[in-house]
Amino acid sequence: MEEAEKKAPSVTDRYYTRWYKTDMKGKPCEDHCILQHSNRICVITLAESHPILQNGRKIKSINYRISDGCSRLNNKVSGKSKRGGQFLTEFAPLCRITCTDNIEYTIFSCIRGRLLEVNEDILKQPDLLLEKPSTEGYIAVILPKLEESKSITNGLLTRQQYEEVVSKRTAQQPKPCRDQP
Amino acid sequence: MLSLKEKDSPIVRKLLDAGCCARCVLRFCCVGKCSSYQLPSEDINKELLAFLSEADGEQSHGAAEQTQTEDPPCKKLKLDSAPVGQDGSSEASAAHTEPNVQSEICVACLGVLQDFCDLSYTKQVCEVVRKADYKFGSLVLAVSLPAQLSVREHSCWLHIKKEVKEKSMCLDKEDVVQVKDAFKWAIQGMVGKELGTPVLTNSLFEVSVGFTHPETEADCHFLATTCSDCFKPTKNKASVFTRMAVVKALDKISDAKFLRHYPCPPVRPASKCTPLDTTCLHTSVFIAGRYNKFSRELPQTPWVIDGERRMEGSVEELIADPLLSSFRADGFNFSSSGREDVDVRTLGNGRPFAMELLNPHRAKFNGAEVRQLQEVINASSDKIRVRDLQIVTRDAMGRMKEGEEEKTKSYSALIWTKKAITNSDLDFIANIKELKIDQKTPLRVLHRRPLAVRQRVIHSMSASYLDTHHFRLQLHTQAGTYIKEFVHGDFGRTKPNLCALMESEVDILELDVEDSVYVPLPTTLDDL
Ligand SMILES: [Zn+2]
Repeated sequence: MEEAEKKAPSVTDRYYTRWYKTDMKGKPCEDHCILQHSNRICVITLAESHPILQNGRKIKSINYRISDGCSRLNNKVSGKSKRGGQFLTEFAPLCRITCTDNIEYTIFSCIRGRLLEVNEDILKQPDLLLEKPSTEGYIAVILPKLEESKSITNGLLTRQQYEEVVSKRTAQQPKPCRDQP
Repeated sequence: MLSLKEKDSPIVRKLLDAGCCARCVLRFCCVGKCSSYQLPSEDINKELLAFLSEADGEQSHGAAEQTQTEDPPCKKLKLDSAPVGQDGSSEASAAHTEPNVQSEICVACLGVLQDFCDLSYTKQVCEVVRKADYKFGSLVLAVSLPAQLSVREHSCWLHIKKEVKEKSMCLDKEDVVQVKDAFKWAIQGMVGKELGTPVLTNSLFEVSVGFTHPETEADCHFLATTCSDCFKPTKNKASVFTRMAVVKALDKISDAKFLRHYPCPPVRPASKCTPLDTTCLHTSVFIAGRYNKFSRELPQTPWVIDGERRMEGSVEELIADPLLSSFRADGFNFSSSGREDVDVRTLGNGRPFAMELLNPHRAKFNGAEVRQLQEVINASSDKIRVRDLQIVTRDAMGRMKEGEEEKTKSYSALIWTKKAITNSDLDFIANIKELKIDQKTPLRVLHRRPLAVRQRVIHSMSASYLDTHHFRLQLHTQAGTYIKEFVHGDFGRTKPNLCALMESEVDILELDVEDSVYVPLPTTLDDL
């Protein structure tokens, strides 16, 4: 058991590759983290540097209805081929999250693919998003096209590149990222 | 002896005139005696001619006038063109028919019952069978004939229908011996003798011969316009004129309509059939057993992602390789009662599996030989072990997947917990009984399975302490429960999960399948 004494890599570490999209849509620090399974399925999560997760902020509401005509909650897939799932592009909004200070953030797909499911648990328990942003507080699950499963991560940063971006940021700005409406 | 009756003579005469071969004449006379077809062609010809002259001898008195008026036009034509005298009629007709019988290709069978019923073609077929190197105790012959043969058969039938009905009202087209059967009767004796095995109507070993005749393929085409509904294009078939479709169309078409579109009797072909390659096929053998998997780096079936092999070897290949070489099979299909992940071991009695061995060149293995095979498999790798290996029926293979949901499985898992483990944690786990959990299709299989929430039952659990952050978890669960996801929660998609139950981050480091309880197949063999 000696080697297991050391903290073993987590489930996420073992089966998923972490990809990052920083400053999404030019909004400073709105970083997303995409967990890609070796079977190409992607789980969209907030990166730990996202403003929502800073300074003990609280969530007022999470809304998967991204426009009058479109709610991600209506997404239904059927069969092995996941017929009927909404097809998303990189900049497709997944949900809008409003913090108790009334600042609203939009979470984006970041990759092209078919929407398989959104996480309804965070609607009932928004704290999941704050406490476990990279596991139970995930935002959505997306299945990229088979032929695009390699190329969808082309515009994303690796874990190392992401860490470099974040440390550069802290160097420029002594304080951690602040929300900037 | 051809067992022809006196009333057959008009049929015989008409068919010989139309250009039918001797064996086809026997067929249309409904001769059902196999041995008649086994005689050499020349001998049947001679007997037919002898039969005709005998019949003519008997008929030449008093019946002459009637013959003159009732003869169908084609015979009249022949009679007209030949120098027929009142007394010499028998000689004349014999002299006339002889060349037709001997030198020309039959309008009905396109030569199948002429040139391919001899010893030289038989030897050719047997040579292929011998080269293919099968072990077999008997064989069945399968014959595939060009579809247009049915059209020609129908035309010949219409040509002599009246005479057959005169012979006996009971006889109909179905009583005519089929080309296929006549062919088998003619050669099966020789094939059996050549190969030293009986040729039966049913055998696990099939030798297929076939013929094509491109010259007359267009014979069928008129049916497509007269009976268009019988010829629906299908994806896999190169031509819509399959034998089945042609037979169906001929069944529907009226005699008058047929005669308007197709000559009766059929036109003489310029060439004989071309034989297709002879092929051999042995019915699959099914073999079943249970396997243990002792490696955490071995998938059950080859693991391929994007066309690339992810890991060397697989359970099915380790089992199949020795079997393929012993049975000398062309391929296999593997089936098992469920499957385990690459990194999961399968211990205990093992997981039931069955394998279909395709086209085995050797199919018979006795109990001792099967046990020997099992030893060969087990000696070939220490990653797996096979027991209860036995030859089973096709049905048993099908039942492998039955009742999978009802089965109970037991597992053993090595668990890591973030918090320090206490005795009350272990007690808490042991007290959980018949826990219902809801599992969304795990993310790790979601790319190939439908998204659904399935309820599963954890019947019981027990935990034994290893160190502050590790314990061994034994689980009895409903089959189909995803154990890994029950432990780590799969992003909260399995509820409840062990993380939630223990109020700690927990992870599964190792998993073994201990046993599948209640599995009817295969029979456990006594300790070997
Ligand atoms: Zn013939």
